[in-house]
Amino acid sequence: MLHLPLLRHGREYHSMDLASAIHFKTRQPIAMVSQANVGLIRRDLTLHHQRAVEALAAFTTRELIDICHRAGHIFLEDPDDYIANTSATTGMPRALVRGNMAKIHSMFTSMERVLAGLTRNLHLEVIDNGFLDGASPVSFFPRGHSLGVVLPSNSPGVHSLWIPAVALKTPLVVKPGSAEPWTPLRIIQSFIRAGAPPEAFCYYPTDHAGANEILRSTGRGMLFGDVGAVKSWANDPKIELHGPGYSKIVIADDCADEWEQFLDIMVQSIAGNGGRSCVNASGVWVTRHADEIAQALAERLAQIVPRDAEDPEAALAPFANPDVARRIDSTLQQGGLDSRLAEYDGCTYLLPTVVHCDSPDHPLANREFLFPFASVLQVHQHQLPEVLGPTLACSVITRNASLCRRFLVSPHIGRLNIGPLPTNSIRWDQPHEGNLFDHLYARRAFEMAV
Amino acid sequence: MFTSVPDARLALDAWTREIIQWHFSPETGCPFWLDFAAQLGWDPRKEIHSYDDLGKLGFFEDEWLRGGPVQRWIPKGYAGKPVYVFETGGSTGVPKSRITIDDFRIDYEQFSTTLPDSAFPKGADWLHVGPSGPRRLRLAVEHLCQHRAGICFMVDLDPRWVIKLLKRGAMQEVELYKSHVIDQALTVLKAHANVKCLFITPKLLEALCEKVSLKKMGITGIFCGGTEMTPQWCRFAVEELLEGVYFTPTYGNTLMGLAVSRPVCAEDGYSIVYYPPQPRAMIEIVDPDEPTRVVDYGQTGRVRLTTLTKEFFMPRFLERDEAEREKPWGHFLCDGVRNVRPFRQLEKSVVEGVY
Repeated sequence: MLHLPLLRHGREYHSMDLASAIHFKTRQPIAMVSQANVGLIRRDLTLHHQRAVEALAAFTTRELIDICHRAGHIFLEDPDDYIANTSATTGMPRALVRGNMAKIHSMFTSMERVLAGLTRNLHLEVIDNGFLDGASPVSFFPRGHSLGVVLPSNSPGVHSLWIPAVALKTPLVVKPGSAEPWTPLRIIQSFIRAGAPPEAFCYYPTDHAGANEILRSTGRGMLFGDVGAVKSWANDPKIELHGPGYSKIVIADDCADEWEQFLDIMVQSIAGNGGRSCVNASGVWVTRHADEIAQALAERLAQIVPRDAEDPEAALAPFANPDVARRIDSTLQQGGLDSRLAEYDGCTYLLPTVVHCDSPDHPLANREFLFPFASVLQVHQHQLPEVLGPTLACSVITRNASLCRRFLVSPHIGRLNIGPLPTNSIRWDQPHEGNLFDHLYARRAFEMAV
Repeated sequence: MFTSVPDARLALDAWTREIIQWHFSPETGCPFWLDFAAQLGWDPRKEIHSYDDLGKLGFFEDEWLRGGPVQRWIPKGYAGKPVYVFETGGSTGVPKSRITIDDFRIDYEQFSTTLPDSAFPKGADWLHVGPSGPRRLRLAVEHLCQHRAGICFMVDLDPRWVIKLLKRGAMQEVELYKSHVIDQALTVLKAHANVKCLFITPKLLEALCEKVSLKKMGITGIFCGGTEMTPQWCRFAVEELLEGVYFTPTYGNTLMGLAVSRPVCAEDGYSIVYYPPQPRAMIEIVDPDEPTRVVDYGQTGRVRLTTLTKEFFMPRFLERDEAEREKPWGHFLCDGVRNVRPFRQLEKSVVEGVY
């Protein structure tokens, strides 16, 4: 059986602790994944991190951008097994995996533009030398010796967020999601084949304690997790948290009567990528017509039905662990809905769901789940945007300049779209959840004697 | 000393009868078991003739050990003797407590016979880095050391405080506390060259080896226990931490005593196979859904402990551990258990969010 090893600063290591990567349909293992014990992680990161830093420092940023470009092409090579395996353990339809592959490829090959966006066009020499002298000297220093990334299993596209760390000369320590060990390993292997130094990469499938050790032992961290997982790191500035997005579409008074024009955007925002992304809308908040909008959305989303994973039209993912679906379904039923569970070809799905909530206090009013789910709420315009609560991506559809200003000053919105744009549209030079460069580098005052 | 598994089994049956006579006789038994027998409607001394007959008593419930009076556990046959009370766990609620008079000394003297003198030299001093307080471990390790003509230095770890820190997510405080413990251990090791033997928990061993080479510090033998050890952890310790220093893992608790491991080696996949100190205690692997049934060799099941000493009788206690059943091996003439780990439970929480 296929065995995915650890990578200890690029060196393969076959652990005796193994976890099975399970096929979502057959429940049979399709691969064994080496698991890193906490002490091993800690020892590697304590004793050998300097080697990793030095290995990346030997390259210029320009050279690393070129490596990213080559890695992007390598990432796309011979994709069939990768797509089949990722689909098999996550349940994600192959068409969606393919779409996420394209997203990752785009991140690799757009690295120069990505860095320009992240650094706001900082001269690359600053990353290479630590400073740029001249009339207005500038200096940045790395905040930590490595980036620890604790990853989810929901969607491969999420991995594009940490790829720029290599071009920013920051060694990577990656813990993949238990159901999605494939993409992070493929990204790392692509980097190494493209000429990146192997020492710069640690790949540690591990348990909860191992994940915590990664976050503690690396200089900077990035954590993807549910409400409970991110809560325990909420007060640690070294860790960039990626919890639930609670992304929303808002239709204000002035555009409310035109709501039918925005139906496609709402459907795309809710159901794109199987509803598995934090930038998928989980709420549609309007000032009028909530009932009609909910009805229309429900009719459109009801057309999305379970299909075979190989079906190019498949847009809904089954739950790799049916118990997760059942527990979510139980939560929905406690909120007043009938069961949304569906069985298709031996797999468990939750059918796309729209719930019309009468108030923000409704138990399902501001929730996010791993399938196309949205609550529709009617609120007063004067309550916006405060009533929304933390919102990762928000598309506010309005021409009201005064309302736009209120949204622009809101500290609770990660990515703000003004106008009819889907919440899940992404631009690499517009990081929607934290800025990796700001996370990895800090600016200092600097002057050099003539 | 027995030479075959059947002989050892006969001796176990005979020992069981002796223990039953002791604990259920009004002259020697403790109030708890005498009261228990009174409720039974039958006399265990007449009905229990073998180890297997202990099944007639049902399962020992851990709630019986929570709260007082602990005096109800003192056998009348030991009236007037000085009594220790030791506690287990205690992360939530009232800890289980067990009375002891000499058992810990007997258990650790037996364990001492399994330690090679080359690694644990007679007359060498020891350092204990682990839980003390209400646990028997501190006194037991100290007695082991004294039994081997050494003097035992102590560094305390309060695991209940660590659990509280972990529960409130205070990881930085956990690290600070760990450093505080390790700093004290290093101070002892640097100041006392005759310390050659170590008792330490797995996590503290990792932390200590981050700071120093134990081999260069003169440590020749390490006795490790207190928490779960996996084969991978043992491999990591042997290959990357210990530099050839002798290492013996153990499994035990206040209720049962101390189980000794087979030598941990690469040829056996670094598996940890423990054997109980039969007949004083037995470890069996049973079907979790039908815990009266011992599983076949090699199969996984729940750990069932039985303690059979004159100080403490604990038949068929279902431990919160699981393992594989292992055949007798070498001079261990009873079943062993392979790769003990916590009994896995399914999480029931709802995932909020797409991750």
